[in-house]
Amino acid sequence: MKPSPLRIHRPKTVEDTLELLAAHASDGKIIAGGQSLVPVLNMRLASPKNLIDITAVEGLDGLTATETEITVGALVSHRRLERDPGAACANPVLGEALGHVAHPAIRNRGTTVGSIAHADPNGEMPMILALTGGRVKVRSLTGTRTLTADELNVGPLETSLEPEELITEASFPSLQPGQRAGFDELARRSGDYGLAGVGLIMSTDNTDFASTSDRADYVDNVDPASSGAAGTAATITGLKAGFVSVTDTPDIIELDDVVAGTPVDRVDTIVDAVASAIKDFIDPEGDIHASADYRRHLTGVLAGRLLKRLSRPKNARGVSVLSGGQ
Amino acid sequence: MTQMSAAEAAAEPRSTIRLSVNGKDHVLDVPDRKLLSDVLRQDLELTGTHVGCEHGVCGACTVQLDGDPIRSCLIFAASAQSHEVTTVEGIGDDPENPADVQQAFIDSHGLQCGFCTPGFITTIDAFVNENPHPSEEEAREAISGNLCRCTGYQNIVKAVQRTAELRGGCGQDCCGKDAPEVSQ
Ligand SMILES: Cc1cc2nc3c(=O)[nH]c(=O)nc-3n(C[C@H](O)[C@H](O)[C@H](O)COP(=O)(O)OP(=O)(O)OC[C@H]3O[C@@H](n4cnc5c(N)ncnc54)[C@H](O)[C@@H]3O)c2cc1C
Ligand code: FES
Ligand code: FES
Repeated sequence: MKPSPLRIHRPKTVEDTLELLAAHASDGKIIAGGQSLVPVLNMRLASPKNLIDITAVEGLDGLTATETEITVGALVSHRRLERDPGAACANPVLGEALGHVAHPAIRNRGTTVGSIAHADPNGEMPMILALTGGRVKVRSLTGTRTLTADELNVGPLETSLEPEELITEASFPSLQPGQRAGFDELARRSGDYGLAGVGLIMSTDNTDFASTSDRADYVDNVDPASSGAAGTAATITGLKAGFVSVTDTPDIIELDDVVAGTPVDRVDTIVDAVASAIKDFIDPEGDIHASADYRRHLTGVLAGRLLKRLSRPKNARGVSVLSGGQ
Repeated sequence: MTQMSAAEAAAEPRSTIRLSVNGKDHVLDVPDRKLLSDVLRQDLELTGTHVGCEHGVCGACTVQLDGDPIRSCLIFAASAQSHEVTTVEGIGDDPENPADVQQAFIDSHGLQCGFCTPGFITTIDAFVNENPHPSEEEAREAISGNLCRCTGYQNIVKAVQRTAELRGGCGQDCCGKDAPEVSQ
C-alpha cells in the first residue's frame, strides 16, 4: 500500500463534514475526487491521519447556469461541467479550458472545486475563476464566507482556506452581451499540464456581436470565408487576460487601454501590443521541458492567436465563428 | 510496502466495505488506505487491472465507475462503495468468446505484451458507447490518457475504430451519423 496509514470518514451531510473537519483540523484533509490528493499520498508527500471523503455528502452536486452566473457545487466533476449545455451557453470559456484539464478519465473523477482548492498555478480552473471574476463559498462551523480568487489564492498550491473550512460551491459570472471569451494552451502531450496557457475575455460595444447562446459555434467548424456582414461592426472596449503555468498565482491583467477603440476587423493592428504587454506581465520559470524565454514567447503567440479568433465576424448563419484557433 | 510492526498493524485503521464489482457484491475488511486497484488485484484476485505508475499518468489501472473510465490507483476502495465498478474481466472474461473491444484488438493487432491493454479496453469500451462513429482524430484523443510502450498507437487507434465497426457504427467519422454503413 502506498499511502501511510489513515482513516477515511464518509460523512453524508455538510454539517457532519464540518464537525469532522473541526475535530481533525490538525491532522485531517478533505478528499473529493482525489485526482490531486491521491498522487500526493501515494508518493507520501503528505501523510494526513484522517481523510474526510466528501463524495457521499448530499447537496454538494448542484450545477446551475443562468444569464448571471454558473454555480458549481463541490462534487461536480470537471467532465460534468465540461459537458453541461447550460454552462457552455452562459460562458463557453469554462468548457474550453476544461478540455485541457488532464484526460477524460481524470476529468470523470476530479472536481472543479477541488482543483480550485488545490490552487496549482499550472491548473486551468483556478485561472478561469480569476479571469471570470468568480467566487467561492466557504463554510465552517463558525460561519460562511465568500472569497474572490484574489482573496483565495495566496501562492502556488497555497490558499487562505483554514483547515476546518469547506468550499461548498464556486460561481463563475456568465458572459454579458457583447463579450466573447476563449482559452488556448500548448502542452507537450494531450492532457499534460500546459507549458503555457491563456484565457481572454474581450468586451465590445456591439451587444449582438456575441450573444451568450452561441455555444454551438464555438465547437462548430465554420468557414470564416462564408462570414456574412451581421455583427461585424463592433469596436473592442476591453480585454482581460489570465494565464496557466506562467504566473505564480492566477493573476489577471486588464488591457483596456491597449485595445479600447479598435474595430474588431482591425485587430491585427493591436495584436503585437497585446502580446508584448502580456509578455512583460507574466513571470514564467524555466524547467527541463521549456525555458522561461520560450514560455514567455509562447504565451504571447497564444494570446495573439486567441485575440484574432475572438475578433472574427459572425458567419452567414448569424453565429460567431470561433473555432479552429489558428 | 515496508514491513510494519505488529503494533503498527494493529493500529492501522480498517473498515468493512461493500463493493459492487462486475455485477457481484462483496463485503471486505480492508485497511482504509487501500486503493481500489490493490483491492481488485489482491482481495478480489481480479488481476486484469494492472498498475504501472500509481499516480494517474499511465492509464493501465483504468476501470469503469458507473460506466465512466477512472483511474483505480487514484481512488480508495472505501470511496468506491455505492458505485458499480467494472474491470476488464467484467467486459469480457472468456478467451473463446471475447467482447467486441477485445476482438477489435485481436483483429487490429492492437497488443504485444498486453500490460497496457486492460486500461485501453475499459477506456475504449466506454468511449465507443458515447461516440459510436469516432474519426481517427477522435479515436486518438480518446486513448491519449493511456500509455503503451511496445505496440505503438497506430493499431490501437485502429482497434478503437474496429470496435465502433463491430458495434454497428461505421468505424469512421461518417457524415450520416445516424445511418451507419458498415464497410468490409
Ligand atoms: C495524470 C493527471 C493529470 C492532471 N492534469 C491536470 C491538468 O492538466 N490541469 C489541471 O488543472 N489539473 C490536472 N490534474 C489535477 C486534476 O484537475 C484534479 O482533479 C484537481 O486538481 C483536484 O480535484 P479533486 O476533486 O480530484 O480534488 P482532490 O484531489 O480530492 O483534492 C485536492 C485538494 O483540494 C482540497 N479540496 C478538495 N475539495 C475541497 C473542498 N470542497 N473544499 C476545500 N478543500 C477541498 C483537498 O483537501 C486537497 O488538498 C491532473 C491530475 C492527474 C492525476
Ligand atoms: S497505475 Fe493508475 S494510472 Fe498508472
Ligand atoms: S502492449 Fe505492451 S505496453 Fe502496450
